[in-house]
Amino acid sequence: MNATSFESKSAGEAPAASGAGARAPDSGQFARADRGNALQRFFRATEIDTRMLGMIGALLLIWIVFHIMSDYRFLTPRNLWNLSVQASGVAIMSTGMVLIIVTRHIDLSVGSILGFVAMVMGVAQTRYLAQYFGDLGPWTWAAALFCGVVLGALIGGLHGWIIAYRGVPAFIVTLGGLLVWRGAAWWVTSGQTVAPMDPTFRLMGGGPYGAIGAFWSWMVGLVACVAIVLGIFLDRRNRKRFDFPLRPRWAEFTLAGVGCTLVLGAVAVVNAYPWPKGIVRRHVAENGIVVPEGETLFIAHGIAIPVLVAIGVGVVMTFIATRTRFGRYVFAMGGNPEAAELAGINTRWVTMKIFMLMGVLCAIAAAISTARLNAATNAQGTLDELLVIAAAVIGGTSLGGGIGTIVGAMIGAVVMQSLQSGMVLLGVDAPFQNVVVGVVLVLAVWLDGIYRKRSA
Amino acid sequence: MNRSGAAGTDTTAAPKVIEMDDVSISFGGIHAVDHASLDLHEGEVVALLGHNGAGKSTFIKILSGAYKRDGGTIKVRGETAKIDNPRDAKAYGIETIYQSLALADNVDTAANLFLGRELRTMFGTLDDVAMEARAREVMGRLNPRFQRFKEPVVKLSGGQRQSVAIARAILFDAQILIMDEPTAALGPQETAGVADLIKQLKADGISIFLISHDIEDVFGLADRVAVMKNGRMVGHAPVGAVTRDEVLGMIILGKCPPGATPGPGAMD
Repeated sequence: MNATSFESKSAGEAPAASGAGARAPDSGQFARADRGNALQRFFRATEIDTRMLGMIGALLLIWIVFHIMSDYRFLTPRNLWNLSVQASGVAIMSTGMVLIIVTRHIDLSVGSILGFVAMVMGVAQTRYLAQYFGDLGPWTWAAALFCGVVLGALIGGLHGWIIAYRGVPAFIVTLGGLLVWRGAAWWVTSGQTVAPMDPTFRLMGGGPYGAIGAFWSWMVGLVACVAIVLGIFLDRRNRKRFDFPLRPRWAEFTLAGVGCTLVLGAVAVVNAYPWPKGIVRRHVAENGIVVPEGETLFIAHGIAIPVLVAIGVGVVMTFIATRTRFGRYVFAMGGNPEAAELAGINTRWVTMKIFMLMGVLCAIAAAISTARLNAATNAQGTLDELLVIAAAVIGGTSLGGGIGTIVGAMIGAVVMQSLQSGMVLLGVDAPFQNVVVGVVLVLAVWLDGIYRKRSA
Repeated sequence: MNRSGAAGTDTTAAPKVIEMDDVSISFGGIHAVDHASLDLHEGEVVALLGHNGAGKSTFIKILSGAYKRDGGTIKVRGETAKIDNPRDAKAYGIETIYQSLALADNVDTAANLFLGRELRTMFGTLDDVAMEARAREVMGRLNPRFQRFKEPVVKLSGGQRQSVAIARAILFDAQILIMDEPTAALGPQETAGVADLIKQLKADGISIFLISHDIEDVFGLADRVAVMKNGRMVGHAPVGAVTRDEVLGMIILGKCPPGATPGPGAMD
């Protein structure tokens, strides 16, 4: 009651009062969080997850160290842009791995599924689609992707069915899958590499043409900013409607401000990476653009299409994990499988759906990888399962089940890719890169365990 | 029907809502429940007593769908019921408070209350605000001081977790309630609260199976007591027809007193 009258008053005042005046009515709400030091108060008020913040801090630290060690070559638009493209495949698959690990399963077969699906999509667009359906022209890419997604869902569904309805542990089923689908990838063309890919299909892999340019990148950034502000606003309105405790105004402004700054900053970075001179020259010649003598045209890459796909997947998967029944069941099953069963959840069917989803995500990652290489090879995605699992675990997914976030896993994927890219930049030998990745993984899980014990 | 029936009055006149007949289940050759039968009448509280390992929890979990029986029939309101899983039982209006509480530890109170029966918005997404609002309402009735709605239930105290489990069972208008050791995790004051709740639910016409290993807990609440020993039904009796010592004799020795109806597990 008190909160209602209180809030309606502040809402009425808001148009008249400005700046500091609008902040005053929140002091009552703030009393609840008015314990502990300033930092604790800040985190409580903004409801920011300190664990996530720690991970972002670690990522920044990795970036800065590599930047200094590589003679300031790491934090450049070019390197960050490439980093974003290279991380997108693992990031996409890690979102599915979160759900699998949350339900106390594991999937060791994602790299092999990626390889097999990539080969099938490759031969589909170079050979079979034209053979059976005639020339699909610009729709070849969509048909090939569709084949891949359906195949991925079928493979994942098969794994899920054996795990859920036949009771074989996921570790064994997907270990078998690791071998089976890698072998199947070889078998599609008896080991021959399939190339080149359809030109439209290739856009999914990034590159100068596979990016959306400066203008549309700013548009995407603006839409994201609007979404952030709208999200905070709608959340506040919902809380008000049911008299739930509200975040103080200043905290909401801080959140919106930081979010929008990060989004627009990222857009500014990718827009600062120009097309290579050769491609600009060809583009100028082909389009008859007049460029003043002695100057080169600056054409920005903008956000790469695979990165957009990854962001889209991240948004959709976050929605699935937090806003749908399916997502709720996934987490409940992870927290207490018996309780989920007793609550009347069809846990087997949910398990099977999780693995189907994983197969679909492998297919999307396969499309990106194939498009980027402009070829499908039977070795594609080898050892990706380990990167994907590492990304999910570094991103805070607990192997004990029940805990994990999509966004955390995606940041985890960026951490893994940053380590790899950084070491390549420093000229670290490939075998030693694996040593570092392995050590980091174990270290991350150990630190995470300590953190959880303390916060419990 | 029998809305004001205080403990001890004859409740067997009311129509039967549950008839479990000749129910058996075994795990790896051990007869956990051996041809046991038990009825529940409308608005009646039946206490199922027995030692640890007597088979009472297993017997009742067959009714709640957690275990699939090997043999026997279950009738709900006179009609043969097909109860193969917890979903089936809930469809018949049978709600269960498990001894283990069966809470998903990593999600919050509202998510647990509505687990498997989430409220959704018109877009088909989870309506978390509406669920939390409803959770605040029902928890406010059971445990007025409870405020930790945003935390995963693993962080709650034993009594609070118990309230969540009870709230979940009464949230959806249960007609038949199974309470398996509902006061095991509670202090004396909270135990008294649960006793009041059982009386109130009974007054609302809800039929209750109350499982306990302690006769003191149930003697003031139940209309009838039934006793199991070694997986078999020793017998059942209206609480007015037997003394506490006689019930103790049923539990410990399997000896059926004259006031009770003997079952197959009774010593002669």
